[in-house]
Amino acid sequence: MSVQDQIKGFGITFRTMLQKPLTLGYPEVKTPVFPRFRGRHQLWRYDNGLEKCVGCSLCVAACPADCIRVVAEENTQEHRVSAGERYARIYEINMSRCIFCGYCEVACPFDAITLEHSYELSERERDLMVYTKDMLLTPAPKQPPLRTEGQRV
Amino acid sequence: MSTDQTDVFALEAREALEAARREGRELAETERVVAMVEARTPQEALARTRANEANANSAAPGSREPMMINLGPQHPSTHGVLRLVTELDGEVVRDIHPVIGYLHTGIEKQCENKTFWQAITLVTRMDYLSPFFNIHAYTQSVEKLLDLEVPTRAQWLRVMISELNRITSHLVWLGTSGLELGAITVFFYAYRERDRALDLFEMISGERMNNRYFQVGGCADDMPPGFEKLLRQFVTEMPSRIDEYEGMLSANPIWLERTRGVGILPADQLIDLGITGPALRAAGVDLDLRKARPYSGYEHFDFTVPVGTNGDAYDRYLIRLREMRESVRIIEQCLDGMPEGPHIADDRKVVLPPRGELATSMEALIHHFKLVTEGFQVPEGEAYSAVECPRGELGCYVVADGGPKPVRVHMRDPSFVNLQALRPMAKNAYLADLIAMIGSMDNVMGGVDR
Ligand code: SF4
Ligand code: SF4
Repeated sequence: MSVQDQIKGFGITFRTMLQKPLTLGYPEVKTPVFPRFRGRHQLWRYDNGLEKCVGCSLCVAACPADCIRVVAEENTQEHRVSAGERYARIYEINMSRCIFCGYCEVACPFDAITLEHSYELSERERDLMVYTKDMLLTPAPKQPPLRTEGQRV
Repeated sequence: MSTDQTDVFALEAREALEAARREGRELAETERVVAMVEARTPQEALARTRANEANANSAAPGSREPMMINLGPQHPSTHGVLRLVTELDGEVVRDIHPVIGYLHTGIEKQCENKTFWQAITLVTRMDYLSPFFNIHAYTQSVEKLLDLEVPTRAQWLRVMISELNRITSHLVWLGTSGLELGAITVFFYAYRERDRALDLFEMISGERMNNRYFQVGGCADDMPPGFEKLLRQFVTEMPSRIDEYEGMLSANPIWLERTRGVGILPADQLIDLGITGPALRAAGVDLDLRKARPYSGYEHFDFTVPVGTNGDAYDRYLIRLREMRESVRIIEQCLDGMPEGPHIADDRKVVLPPRGELATSMEALIHHFKLVTEGFQVPEGEAYSAVECPRGELGCYVVADGGPKPVRVHMRDPSFVNLQALRPMAKNAYLADLIAMIGSMDNVMGGVDR
């Protein structure tokens, strides 16, 4: 290897040092996601507070990982939870089984469940990975930044 | 020792002698030993080692038993969880016995319990570096059974994303192979571009890996706004990035030393073993399914199939780099000539109705309910269709019995078939070269075990 080769090599090294780093300082800086990114689920309510989910179990049928559990119950005059005839008394998603395919979102005819952008889902215990209906009805506390159209990192 | 065994030994010894004479040198001790020992199973080798313990310390040539070494499954250089029981004589590999199955997922079996629609999410996970090719092969087979026409735009979208996937897969191969042979820089460079391609995957399909983007009848969604611009930026920059990789490796003395002349098998033998993809093309056989049996509209694209001459690891490297350039060209053509039209077929028996119709049309809602709960019926029959994945011919064989679930889904995965070439290649090679060979074949263990 000649001296010229070495100079050339170091030239590349020094030029690279002047470039902006491509990495992000995760976890202080959160990786932004694109709008279609599928992360943690969320159940939705109508503006009047009634739940959109009517417990029809279509999402259960669609889920390839069999990780959703829905137990439906009739709405009554005194106890009205959802807009439809029935509502989901139990709605659970086992997040440790979920493969984030989004089929539940596709299957739901009432847009009651969607996959949002939150991706920090680790827990210390397996049991905590089973998300209950109350957890799913509240938005994830930490939302990652969203990438705008065509934005480069 | 029986006579025919002696004959085999004599033959190998003669070959080694001839090779030494051609190169004008003395026969090394290890070569003499290697020439005298035939391939055996690990059990036999072990039994013989025990029986021969008496002369284990003897220094006489040919008296040493091979050392049995487990290479892998948790080894950073075996390209995944591949275990090789290696018979070593000093630095020389006498024989290898690949042991697979550490990544067995039972996906093929699981598919039988899922509807055709759900199985898409499973097959993507087989060869985890080429998710789009897995679904492409699977959906093509199902479409063949259904006799379903895929719209042109969907076909072009599939080609575009597949070629982007080819680039990411080759980049992982380039980075990890470089890493295995001690070139760490190229790993960072390759992953820099790969990450941007994964961003594009995320943008169009919502996932960075294991994307369930292709559906039976087309693609799950159209390109999002801004996607075209980003992809164009990516493909305009990519050729200069490939120049960078070539600048780092193509004339790098260490890289040349480690890859040139390594892992050569004659083209006939490769064909006999069923090897496809860059490993076969490096040996000079011009076989690429995109040209040989065009699918998904590949006949409309202008690209060349790079073919090598020597068939060594270096040729495979060159071919993969040139394939990336060709993929860039195909993506550019896709972007320039993307036809207008729907991104998925309009067959209410198979394809979910558009989301907007659910609120307005009762008929759409009924179809939606039926498709989600029961799945679509696929007429009885069997179909095989193959795509050219980054590693070779990836075929999918689907058997249907008229119901909503497949009776059998079987993948002809190129990683599994290409692995067969490793044993003849590795015989009498150096251990260090074995690592280069494993890397150059680019087997993905997720695809081997399924
Ligand atoms: S994203 Fe997929 S795996 Fe997860 S709950 Fe929904 S359907 Fe099931
Ligand atoms: S989330 Fe949607 S599909 Fe699932 S039970 Fe509720 S309404 Fe039905």
